[in-house]
Amino acid sequence: MLAKKLRILADAAKYDASCSSSGAPKRVAGKGELGSTTGAGICHAYTPDGRCISLLKILLTNYCLFDCAYCVNRRSSNVQRAAFTVEEVVTLTVEFYKRNYIEGLFLSSGIIKSPDHTMELLTRVAKSLRRDHGFRGYIHLKSIPEASPWLVEEAGLYADRLSINVELPTEASLERLAPEKNGAVIQNAMQQIGARIIEAKAEKRRFSPAGQSTQVIVGADATTDEALIRKSAHLYGSFNLKRVYYSAFSPIPDGSTILPLKPPPLQREHRLYQGDWLLRYYAFTPDDVADATENGMFALDVDPKLAWALKHRDRFPIDVNVADREMLLRVPGLGARAVDKIVRARRHTRLRLDDVARLTSALKRARPFLIAADYHPSGGLTDRLDLRARLADPPKQLSLF
Amino acid sequence: MGHESGSVPLPPAASADTGQLHPTFLGEGADLAGFRAAARRLAGDGVPPERVIWSIGEAPGLFGTEAATRAESAPPLALPRGVADLIGMVVPHRDPERYALLYALIWRILRGERRLLEVSSDPLVHRLERMRKTIARDLHKMHAFLRFRRTEESGVERFVAWFEPDHHILAAAAPFFVGRFRSLNWTILTPEASAHWDTAHLTFGPPGRREDAPSSDGFEAGWRDYYESTFNPARTNLTAMRAEMPKKYWRNMPETAAIPGLVRAAATRTQTMIEREPQKPIKRNPARAVAAMADQAPDSLEALNAIIKRSEPLVPGATQAVLGEGSPGATIAFVGEQPGDQEDRQGRPFVGPAGQLLSRALEEAGIVRADSYLTNAVKHFKFEERGKRRIHQKPTAGEVSHYRWWLERELDFVAPKLVVALGATAVLALTGKAIPITRARGPASFGKAYDGFITVHPSYLLRLPDEAKADAYAAFVADLRRVGDLAQALRA
Repeated sequence: MLAKKLRILADAAKYDASCSSSGAPKRVAGKGELGSTTGAGICHAYTPDGRCISLLKILLTNYCLFDCAYCVNRRSSNVQRAAFTVEEVVTLTVEFYKRNYIEGLFLSSGIIKSPDHTMELLTRVAKSLRRDHGFRGYIHLKSIPEASPWLVEEAGLYADRLSINVELPTEASLERLAPEKNGAVIQNAMQQIGARIIEAKAEKRRFSPAGQSTQVIVGADATTDEALIRKSAHLYGSFNLKRVYYSAFSPIPDGSTILPLKPPPLQREHRLYQGDWLLRYYAFTPDDVADATENGMFALDVDPKLAWALKHRDRFPIDVNVADREMLLRVPGLGARAVDKIVRARRHTRLRLDDVARLTSALKRARPFLIAADYHPSGGLTDRLDLRARLADPPKQLSLF
Repeated sequence: MGHESGSVPLPPAASADTGQLHPTFLGEGADLAGFRAAARRLAGDGVPPERVIWSIGEAPGLFGTEAATRAESAPPLALPRGVADLIGMVVPHRDPERYALLYALIWRILRGERRLLEVSSDPLVHRLERMRKTIARDLHKMHAFLRFRRTEESGVERFVAWFEPDHHILAAAAPFFVGRFRSLNWTILTPEASAHWDTAHLTFGPPGRREDAPSSDGFEAGWRDYYESTFNPARTNLTAMRAEMPKKYWRNMPETAAIPGLVRAAATRTQTMIEREPQKPIKRNPARAVAAMADQAPDSLEALNAIIKRSEPLVPGATQAVLGEGSPGATIAFVGEQPGDQEDRQGRPFVGPAGQLLSRALEEAGIVRADSYLTNAVKHFKFEERGKRRIHQKPTAGEVSHYRWWLERELDFVAPKLVVALGATAVLALTGKAIPITRARGPASFGKAYDGFITVHPSYLLRLPDEAKADAYAAFVADLRRVGDLAQALRA
């Protein structure tokens, strides 16, 4: 019986891309306690889709009052339904955790009875884990934006991370595909969580210490990559978000008639993550990232950083022995870590091409764009017309096998 | 491992050189103590790396490793920070050259290249960094992929795992499991050694065998169910899976038995989903959802109070939530800071010394307390214990925000014509902003249907030095008279 519920409610939860157990302050179990957090999180297994299993990611129930077209659990869907009790979720979490299967729990739910009722149940699970079982592992709760604000206040006391899914990037899409949802309500709830996280940090109290994250569905409407990235920049800026997850809309059993027929290529999702990283770790402005697109879309054959560099060849090649950090970060093939190593090493030595090769695993991509002590991209390599073709990913089918 | 041994210029073992060679013997596995002792002695004697011959596990004579024989004799080496960490991480590596590489590093650092570790492009540093990374990965994978199975020994549960790490990392990996499973009894068996935890002590023992671990566990079927259900066949990507979870780990992970079946069925499952005609929805009527959202909020002051009463204090300690008091429909509502010691004991607002002072001032100002509504911005008492006394502590901005939602709803239900903020905390709760009372004292707007008024909190008067008390009290009463007049006008 429990096994059947587990199958239904894990299946129902798997379209949420986030499974990360990162960002919580490091802690270990005290006497009589169970669980710890590591900071970066641990992936305990990988499924054949290449995605990591870090948390027990399940729904409390997949009965739902809402009718969001993209969602497998929408009210009008014909999927099988099930509901866990609070105690069942607690037991599964603790027993899985004891066997080292998981880092903790990621609990979400369909809306049953009312948003408040649902939010109370989610919080009760977290509270019971912390109080009754001395559980110190990771807890991620999906917050219900329509729930009363004081319930969110309580959830943040037990959860490591709270998240609210934006799901659709524009108000128009929300109205068309998720009629019960309301963009303003979602934003208010994110605002509340964001403000409380900042206050708690300043006051050294515990409130969702691993921050808040959200998910946007890619390809269920006509929103461009550029618009998605600008939306993310806004979310990072305004709500102090830790992560935006991009989830390529995936065909679901019993799909709705108002959805597009074909899912977007998974490569598009990958490019969005790369664009997002440029924003967060590579000092690109949203305009810079937009500049890496063509008609608002990232190319599928080259990554956004390379696309930007190919467009701005006049800024290259740059000298690894003198260029400042920000410019080094713009060199395709040099990651943020490689750049830090370059900056540190060149204080003691003049870097030759062999040295750079030891600092990055993508020298082939970087070569045309840099100068080293013994190397200059000769014959105008940087300006070659076929440079894009030489550096592009070989065409491959990423979506299936 | 394989790819890391490579063309690093290890100094050639002395050949034509006539200098003396130094055979150095270390124990099996990760002999950190032995290496430390050897490195101290060799460096102290000025022996260059090319004169050292490192041998592992074949010590001549009695128990003759460096650790045992020469440990105390040589003084410690002064090495820059980070070097000891690197050594600790590389020593568990299986590569037989590890000690020679590390000694070469130490030698160069001591001979003037103090900041050698910063030069990640140096071939020796590069190779050692890669070895460190390998160990970090081996540790990480052990923390991730090890699976416990439950057994019972005379009613006590014990969790036992069999794991095969690539390197000599059991001792380095064990503290993670202690920090995580402190309250459990557990055992980790590896082909080289075993580790045991009894909820208080960590001990190491002889090698284990796969058969020494239980052959099954009651939760494995459920775990496999979960593994299968969380897989999305429309996204199959075996390369990504194998990169992160190499096949060599599979045999000790119960869930991986499901992989072949999942992969075989994936294409068909996806095709079925895509080809299947979208089904006619069961029903599509948002009315119920919308109604549920409208219905969920408390519909009376009593319902709201029931929620507040049930709640736990944000800062632990308070006996009970102190609810607002007075007649709903009162013209004036007074908002204070938070309950004090007396309020917390009695469960009523404004009954302690400050409350009594407020009552007196209200009376002098001609306001009937019983006809007003009194409440606090924060509903629980926060204090610090000093001896037997519980000393009040001012709520933080975050605590005020935490309780703000309730205050807002409360005032909606009471629907006063005039709300009086007593002190800075009340102002913060009503406006969301920190405003100094001295500047804002008097009529104010809180952006709501009701009028606002700001004055001091009566506890402020209690804290003033005696000579200032009389004037401040008179000013407070004067404020309350204005409040009374304003209320009179609003009532009319």
